[in-house]
Amino acid sequence: MKAVEVRELVKDYGNFRALKGISFEVSEGEVFGLIGPNGAGKTTALRVIATLLQITSGSVTVFGHELPKDAGEVRKIISYLPEEAGAYRNLTGMEYLNFIAKFFGEGEKFQNMVQRGLEIANLGERINDKVDTYSKGMTRRLLVGRALMVNPKLAILDEPTSGLDVINAQEVRRIINSAVNAGTTVLLSSHNMLEVELLCRRIALINDGQIIASGTVEELKKEYDARNIEEAFVKAVR
Amino acid sequence: MIGNMVKKEFKELFVLSTLLPIVVIAIVFGSVGDMIGNVGESIKEKPVIGVVDMDGGDFADIAMSVLTAGAKVIYDGSDTEAGLDEVRKGNGVALLVMPENFSRNIYANEPGEIEIYWIMKGAGMMDSISSGALEGLIQAVNQEISKELIQRGSSSDPALVLAPTTRVDTTFFKGKEIQGLSPSVVGNMLMSQSTVIPIMVMMLIILAGTSVISSMGLEKENKTLETLLTLPVRRSNIVIGKMVGSALVGMILAGIYMIGFSRYMSSFQMRDINLADFGLALSMPDYLLVAVSLFVALLAGLSLCIVLGTFAKSYKSAQTLVFPITVLAMISMFTTMFKDFDTIPVALQVLVFAIPFTHPMIAMRALMLDNYALVIGGIAYTAVFTVIMVAVAVRIFNSDRLLTGGVQRRVGRGRLAWGFRR
Repeated sequence: MKAVEVRELVKDYGNFRALKGISFEVSEGEVFGLIGPNGAGKTTALRVIATLLQITSGSVTVFGHELPKDAGEVRKIISYLPEEAGAYRNLTGMEYLNFIAKFFGEGEKFQNMVQRGLEIANLGERINDKVDTYSKGMTRRLLVGRALMVNPKLAILDEPTSGLDVINAQEVRRIINSAVNAGTTVLLSSHNMLEVELLCRRIALINDGQIIASGTVEELKKEYDARNIEEAFVKAVR
Repeated sequence: MIGNMVKKEFKELFVLSTLLPIVVIAIVFGSVGDMIGNVGESIKEKPVIGVVDMDGGDFADIAMSVLTAGAKVIYDGSDTEAGLDEVRKGNGVALLVMPENFSRNIYANEPGEIEIYWIMKGAGMMDSISSGALEGLIQAVNQEISKELIQRGSSSDPALVLAPTTRVDTTFFKGKEIQGLSPSVVGNMLMSQSTVIPIMVMMLIILAGTSVISSMGLEKENKTLETLLTLPVRRSNIVIGKMVGSALVGMILAGIYMIGFSRYMSSFQMRDINLADFGLALSMPDYLLVAVSLFVALLAGLSLCIVLGTFAKSYKSAQTLVFPITVLAMISMFTTMFKDFDTIPVALQVLVFAIPFTHPMIAMRALMLDNYALVIGGIAYTAVFTVIMVAVAVRIFNSDRLLTGGVQRRVGRGRLAWGFRR
């Protein structure tokens, strides 16, 4: 079964067409990247798959569940990390993880989730401090912990390392790889094309609401005779 | 340089979102004021009364001349029942009865008794203007009789000269006959219902409403909304959870406020009068109805606030969105404080009834006067209002509005539909 199947997806904001009939598939257990510049439509595509936005036309299925009909079922198996996500400032990191975990399980399952969240966030004693006091990197680690602690079948990560320094970005990439090894499928977006090479097995290059190329990193580099994905993207756009 | 700064500041601050609420509140309060009526004109108007003079003596004549000069006398006869009917029909304030021995008692150094049958229309502050004017006339009657006694030198009892009459009040208030109390005393007794409760309800609605709207603003400002909306929880549960949480915060804040305010108000109230002695006490089922009325009004207010909160872009913009709720709550509060629901014009009745916050404000007073239809009707209306608002809120939560600020139209499976769904 495909983890995600997107067919001729169109999304309009009023008179503006943000997605112009994109199609792609994500296989179970892989890391798939939607790559493109700011405003290309990456976040819109992820938000539609994450059940946040309505579909103008086309179809989206997640592990066989059709959107928007089965949105409730989809929310049980996904975890979405928005690009500019925050956490509730008046809660401690621990309280925040508890709050989220309660939506996904009870008893031992709940305890295990929180424990996993603590390990991923790796905030030490600071987990008992209010989120308001966290640095950007700490908040992002907490949010990545929140997103992956529930063992989602599909993790949708929008610019997961956005705004992080090299050390924190590397740590987040390590966490994502670890989740994939544990069986989670990852769909991520990034405009950091070099980073994508480190994370993704397959990618789709998106520009101006359209997918202009897709395949494995090696396939795309070969197709566009490029040294890296950034170069391949520039050639694909031209 | 300063001119440039002033121009920039003016352009930044004097925007439609700042101007519009003030214009709306000015129009609404102006209209409400016009509908309620002019207090000054009401005070100038002579009170409408009836007089039954069974005495016909010197002092009764003095009283009659004072009353005729200061009031519009629509009944002047000898039958109390007929007089009361006339006063009721003529929308009058009271019937004054001077019994046969009125003058004889004063000559005998005993106060002359005036029986006053008040027709009380409402317990609002402005409802007592006419009765207040008549109270002044009764004082004038006393003064004129005192003058006459001093001029004649016919009494050696200073107490009698200073207070030559006594009064026996009977107040008819919405089907209830209250012996021994004038409308001003009844109004004071009902002060907690006419003043404290409207203020309490207003504070509760505003504080709880502010909490829920701010919560929506904070969700957007803190970038937590997107995560919340992708969690496996029904949209209706998110809406209800926010409403109940905000209601608890609002109740705590309003409770703290009211502890101080009710102590302040109690200093103005008569403590030695028991409402039960006059048939104005509430039973346990009545209190239950008041509680239900308050609860559904709170839910109605919060459901309206959560719909407004979806427009909030940040915590700061959320504060502006509280304004419409404040205006609605203040209209209900001032209207019910100044006038009884029954005594305001029909157009205002419709407006005030349509505001869900009105119903708990008037519930207690209405139940004291056995007006169950108004209270139960209000609860039913408010419950329907709440259900509609919650449904609207859930639909908005299921749409793109929260994230994009607008509702998207969706074309799918050969049909055109609004993008609202579970």
